[in-house]
Amino acid sequence: MLKHGIGKRSNKVKNTVERGAVKKFAEAIGDLHPIFICEETGKQSRYNHNIAPPTFPRVFDYGTIEELNLPSKGLIHGEQIYHYERPLMVGEDIQCYSEVKDYYERNGKSGEMGFLLLKRYGEDLEGNLIFTEEQVVIITEAVRKEMMV
Amino acid sequence: MKELKDLQIGESLQDVTLSPVSRLDLIKYAGASGDYNPIHTIDEEAEKAGLPGIIAHGMWTMGNLAKLFTPYYEEGFIEDYTIRFKGMVFLNDVVTLNATLDDNEEEKMKFKVNATNQDGNEVIKGNVVLCKI
Repeated sequence: MLKHGIGKRSNKVKNTVERGAVKKFAEAIGDLHPIFICEETGKQSRYNHNIAPPTFPRVFDYGTIEELNLPSKGLIHGEQIYHYERPLMVGEDIQCYSEVKDYYERNGKSGEMGFLLLKRYGEDLEGNLIFTEEQVVIITEAVRKEMMV
Repeated sequence: MKELKDLQIGESLQDVTLSPVSRLDLIKYAGASGDYNPIHTIDEEAEKAGLPGIIAHGMWTMGNLAKLFTPYYEEGFIEDYTIRFKGMVFLNDVVTLNATLDDNEEEKMKFKVNATNQDGNEVIKGNVVLCKI
């Protein structure tokens, strides 16, 4: 059921790195550094802009992958990987989409677990890659059984 | 503050110990990230999920850990940030963040990073590659 989703992608969704959202996010992780929030510091920095914290892409909308109906409860977040070509600039527009990279099952202590690898992409409006985000989601046997019904 | 270029392999950046995890921390993170999974904010939902109480978003801890590198943004940016979630963070836990220089190349600095709780157990661990600019 999840295996045949491998390779499926969502449509691209345009997101903006909103100044207010960056400030709120920086505050929520206790990192209100001027590089994120002070316009003057941003202008004088190497980036000529304020930048967003590296885990900020959590906020973006990556569209929906059809046929990938994950339960809202009972998923375990196993791993999280970010790769950046350059930092995200406050105010810029990013095209985001997601892809089912892989799915496999393994026997663990608590029965057969499913491992779903989701990869997300952020590009500028010219299609140049800015970042990727990979997530390993662990689906326990109990949750998988529920999904089969 | 020491500059990154003076850091030797095996040395750590300044550790940060966070205040005890509060419900408000997690409510704020839910709002800022859009992750409203109720196991992070509502006791009954956490219990229904078989947890002893609400747990912090793994991404909250990962987000916090990245701030060890924020003071050095003029020397480099985080190019790769890889985390494995090892254990749960509960209310009132006291989390300490650490980053240790593992390798230093011409263009990249590689760090081992982790966050531990008050019992010294790792809750997240991984690697950060800083791209020197």
